[in-house]
Amino acid sequence: MAKVLVLVEHDAASGSVKKASLELLTLARRLGDPAAVWFGAGSTAALTVLGEYGASTVYVADGDDVKAHPVVPMVDVLSALVAELSPAAVIVPSSADGKEVAGRLAVRTGSGVITDAVDIDASGVATQSVFGGSTVVHSKVTSGTPIYTVRSNSVAPEPAPTTCTAQTVSTEVSAVAKTATVVERTVASKGGRPELTEAAVVVSGGRGVGGSEGFSVIEKLADSLGAAVGASRAATDAGWYPHQYQVGQTGKTVSPQLYIANGISGAIQHRAGMQTSKMVVAVNKDAEAPIFELADFGVVGDLFEVVPQLTDEIEKRAN
Amino acid sequence: MKIAVCVKQVPDTWAEKTLREQDSTLDRESPDGVLNELDEYAVEEALQIAEAHGGEVTVVSMGPARAAETVRKALSMGADAGIHIQDDVLHGSDAIATSAVLAAALADKGFDLIIFGSESTDARMSVIPAMVAERLGVAQLTFAQRVSIAGTDVTIERVTDYGFDTITAAMPAVVSVVEKINEPRYPSFKGIMAAKKKPVETLAVADLGLDAASVGQAAAWSAVEDFAARPPKPAGTIVSDDGDGGARIASYLTEQKFI
Repeated sequence: MAKVLVLVEHDAASGSVKKASLELLTLARRLGDPAAVWFGAGSTAALTVLGEYGASTVYVADGDDVKAHPVVPMVDVLSALVAELSPAAVIVPSSADGKEVAGRLAVRTGSGVITDAVDIDASGVATQSVFGGSTVVHSKVTSGTPIYTVRSNSVAPEPAPTTCTAQTVSTEVSAVAKTATVVERTVASKGGRPELTEAAVVVSGGRGVGGSEGFSVIEKLADSLGAAVGASRAATDAGWYPHQYQVGQTGKTVSPQLYIANGISGAIQHRAGMQTSKMVVAVNKDAEAPIFELADFGVVGDLFEVVPQLTDEIEKRAN
Repeated sequence: MKIAVCVKQVPDTWAEKTLREQDSTLDRESPDGVLNELDEYAVEEALQIAEAHGGEVTVVSMGPARAAETVRKALSMGADAGIHIQDDVLHGSDAIATSAVLAAALADKGFDLIIFGSESTDARMSVIPAMVAERLGVAQLTFAQRVSIAGTDVTIERVTDYGFDTITAAMPAVVSVVEKINEPRYPSFKGIMAAKKKPVETLAVADLGLDAASVGQAAAWSAVEDFAARPPKPAGTIVSDDGDGGARIASYLTEQKFI
């Protein structure tokens, strides 16, 4: 059976494999024999979990050049593996790095690329949810080795235990990879909350939060649920919450199991980033707010009354 | 310094976007076409760099005839000249072909910096800057929240999930910028008038030395099989807060097994 290469992402600090990568391995099994591709250190500790989710092989690229240069070393390693293995497909995460790797790899290997897939079937047809989730598109790569980027939380990771063996690959990188160098990595504090695009639950605040102080109410609710915090563009533009937490057409796209929108009207700009959430709960003063059209459950009311009460109730019920 | 800014005309950010039944391509006719919002930051960054370090800014856009408005918009913000790649054979081009066209228009022109917005608000693929860098064989410095120039080097802060990476390269380089990088200026009346007199070169695919058969929908390396509007979501339960709104959400989340 042809291999399917899966670019595996892992936490830089702990080395643990991201849940999204286990989702990609689950999808890869529909197309062939999943083989993980690992960049950096820590692969030995990950063999068990990679095997548990069906990867028979992990190709390990761990060298100084891989760490010192952005994006392109991953393209170098993957294109060498594509040439060597003629895989059935290459699947990478829909992260900033992942999309750029996919784009360059497509150009370099003469392959078509589909970004932001939410599903891939056994015949290679990808499902995309476009225009803020208003349209569902099925498409297929028609040239070269199909390359897909897949959004987090698209499928549930399913174990399929096998034995995973590691193979070291060359980390000699191309001259073009060396044209840009990472001189420093700066880790911003995120207060122990999950990554926004990976979180199972996202709690967001918008214009109705009224100011940066107001976000403490949103954060408390998020922490009671182990959720990530998001913000609408109105809130990030006003400087109430850091820009990297913006959900929407010009920010992150999330599709968690549960999305709680507080003081967010639900303009298309915002819906474009969260419309594929499995369940939506909304709190807004304005009964006419479009967010209620998306909500499975909504409360028309003052978020500063409703949200703290909700947080208290969750903490009570948890104990 | 010679700076190119690549911009795209997209349907108005606030408009509902649809695919056309006949060929599954984006309907670019019905909604108003605007300069892709994220490209405004690219134009602004290019202008700021040119103002600080000296230089000339050229706007480059591939798109149908009406995309000329978008080139003019960037010129009215202060860019010096425009290149509009317009050719009917380009209709339905995928990102692969688009990157080939842009790279052909940019190659051998001596640009020190080629600046993009981090994505378009219609396709949202975020791959064109990387693909163009790949084709031109120059450094890729993308998703920048900050760009600084020192001599012949350019350094950016690349936004990452965990914070940011500081990345440096010798020019020439492809840069893409995220929206928090600056506050794009509005075109002044004077700028709008001046833009009318600025040179815009209109190029066809053949002018770029590309084969017409290598672009357009028929040459795309991926194809849409079918599409449909997402079925409307069944109406949810909406209640007014009578002092128990938070508790009612908690009960709902308990029923749904989130608590």
